[in-house]
Parts: sequence; C-alpha cells; structure tokens
Amino acid sequence: MSGSNLLGQTPSQTVGPFFAYGLTPQQYGYDWASIAAADMADQATEGERITFEGQVLDGAGQPVTDALIEIWQADGAGSYAAAPGRNTRFTGFGRCGTGVLGDGFFRFTTIKPAAPSKAEAPHLNIIVTMRGLLMHAFTRAYFEGDTRNDADPVMAQVPPERRATLLARQTAPGTWRLDIHMQGDAETVFFDL
Amino acid sequence: MVKLLNPRDFSSHPGYIDKGYRSTALRGPTKPLIPVRGVSLAAPVYGHDRIAPADADLTLNGRKDAEPLGERIIVTGRVLDENGRPLAGALVEIWQANAAGRYVHVVDQHAAPLDPNFFGGGRCVTDEQGRYRFLTIKPGAYPWGNHFNAWRPNHIHFSLFGHQFGQRLVTQMYFPGDPLLALDPIYLGVPAKSRERMVAHFSIDVTEEGYALGYVFDIVLRGENAAIWENH
Ligand SMILES: [Fe+3]
Repeated sequence: MSGSNLLGQTPSQTVGPFFAYGLTPQQYGYDWASIAAADMADQATEGERITFEGQVLDGAGQPVTDALIEIWQADGAGSYAAAPGRNTRFTGFGRCGTGVLGDGFFRFTTIKPAAPSKAEAPHLNIIVTMRGLLMHAFTRAYFEGDTRNDADPVMAQVPPERRATLLARQTAPGTWRLDIHMQGDAETVFFDL
Repeated sequence: MVKLLNPRDFSSHPGYIDKGYRSTALRGPTKPLIPVRGVSLAAPVYGHDRIAPADADLTLNGRKDAEPLGERIIVTGRVLDENGRPLAGALVEIWQANAAGRYVHVVDQHAAPLDPNFFGGGRCVTDEQGRYRFLTIKPGAYPWGNHFNAWRPNHIHFSLFGHQFGQRLVTQMYFPGDPLLALDPIYLGVPAKSRERMVAHFSIDVTEEGYALGYVFDIVLRGENAAIWENH
C-alpha cells in the first residue's frame, strides 16, 4: 500500500485563531469577497430550505469561538455539484466561523440534502477545525428520525451508543441543530476517512 | 468510479493532544477516530468565479495608497499527491501577519503596527502543472500566550482542497534557518521525520532581480491508491 516510493504527506497544522479574514472574510465584516458562505441557498434553489446550526464546545463545555465549520452536501435531488457535467448555482459547500454569532454558534441556511444513493441516508459532510486543533476533524450530520440512518454504510461503522452524536435534532420547523463536542461523554464521532 | 485515497499517514502528522501546545488539551478529540473505508467523495465546489488574479498578489490586494512595508517575497510551489502527480485546479488559500508580526484580525492584540496597505489574505487555483504562486511580504514573528516568552516563527497559513474531499489540508509554511523553529510547540508537535516538509526553501531562480526574494514550498496531499478501485 504505502510503499517507500511515495512522497511524504505535508503535515497538518492548526488553523490558528486568525483565519477569519482569509477564509470567511465577508462573514466577519472584512472587505474581501468570500468564496463560500453560510447562506448557501437562494430563492431559486430547489429543495426544502433548512437552517443547520449548533454550538462547538470544548472539553470543559465552553463554547469555541474560533472554530471554522465547513459543510459539503448533496442537493435536494441527492446530487453533488462536483458530479461530472453538473452545472448548478447551488454548490453545496458552505463555510461558517463560530466567532460572529456568539457562544460558539455556527448557522447555515441551506437545503435539506437528499440521499446521494439508495444505500445512504441524507447527510452533511463536515470539516471541523479551530485554534488548538492540530489536524482538522471529519464528521457528519444525519437527520434524527430518518429511518435510513442506521443502515447508512458510514453510520453502520459507528458503535450504536455513539451514533446520537451525529444526529441533528429538529428544534423548530425547518431548523436542525447539532452541537459538536470536541471531548467528553458526548464527544462527537470523528472519522478517519 | 472514483479511486480511493491512501490513508492519512498519521506518523507524519501531529497528534491531537500535545503537551507543549496548551490549547490542544481541551480541544483535541480523545476517542479514536472511526475508520471509514470504501467511501470517496470529490472535493467541494466553491466560488471559482470569485477568485481573481489579483487575489494572489498580497502586495496589491490590500493597498490603499502605497506599497506595503516589508521584504517582498515570492512564494511558489506545486501541489502534488503522494504519487508525485501534480494536482491541477487545487484551491490554495493563505493568510499571514504583516512584516511587523501583526494580523489584520480584530482579535489580534499584539502591540505591533498594522500596515494600512497590507491585508494578508490571498488565494489562487493551481495550474495544469499543479503550480501556485503568491507575491507577498515576509511575515514577522509574533508573541503568543502559550508560555513565557513564546514567539511564533515566521509563517504563512495555508488551506488546501485537492481533488477529493479527503485531501483537505490546513497547514503552515515556515522559513529556512528560523531560530524560533527549535522553540515552537506547534512546529515541534509534528514528528521529527516530517517537520522539514513544512519549511520552504530559498531559491535564487525564483528570486526576481531587484524586486523580490523567492521561496519554494511544495505541498503533498494524500495520493489516490492505484491498486484499489471502487467498482461496485
Ligand atoms: Fe499565525
């Protein structure tokens, strides 16, 4: 597999506390266009509009106000915008820093993804990074109550007692919440993918 | 059919909890990562159309009425995968302190001057040879609160997306010969064998006569595993 003729991977480093003006400038009020935003859907986007939000919490339960959350998702028909030949205004890629809304909250307005394939449950792919995290963490959000969740091929690899950490709960019509716990009893499942 | 990626080589990356870097103690995951194999996903689609050529010139993109202060440098290199293949179309985003070691970020309280003509953010997309190129100012070292007399070495933050979602990388580029490297817990948190992969090298060939010093920083992302295909 990893023969000695491979080049060595460049090591990961923390994103540090000051990424906002580089990666999420508009959200933080800097005068530079962002290439991705937390408002991902517009009126023309097909699908069920949802708000996806949550708090990022450290091992002491304190809000993390310098985290970057990135989501990458299928559209309302289950297709990723990266699929060959697709040309849609909905990119499915969003970015939100946790330093603007207060209390370490992120909030995306997007559309509810459909399942990318028959075998899978609808989900959001998430990248978490922050000051003090030396390597970004991959996780996912599934939608609580979806009967396909437990059979999803990725969810199926998660011990049943930890699956709830990946379930966004509907807190109001169209609003789904998933808190990200970096540590503790409710530590979010992070993937080696 | 999408080729699967080689695994993240954890022996080349820092651990999540690092005694020397205090903020990791409450932020690094403590439970083992759950391995997921057999899933491949293309890299995200972002606002390609929002990336302008001027975004790669940090001596220009924050300019109000004069050139930014400091030592002009060119930072260039290739984004490769582990197999040595150049990755065209990779998204490279950078951010950095100014020549005085001060970030534009409102939270940065370091008592060093802001430069009204320097912003510090840049981005570009690699060309067919996987090449990127930034023109910028050499960032200054700056103090941080990790321990007594703690100073970050000169560095530029890098964020990358390659061809696949799993190739995501956030890293930092350092400068050769920096005496602070030997004292920096963030740099030292990386295993010794791979630390120097984060250090750019000076190049007289990239250097431009009478204008700017040149540094080369190649970045290696996880490679596609030629032996394994997802075919069912
Ligand atoms: Fe920094």
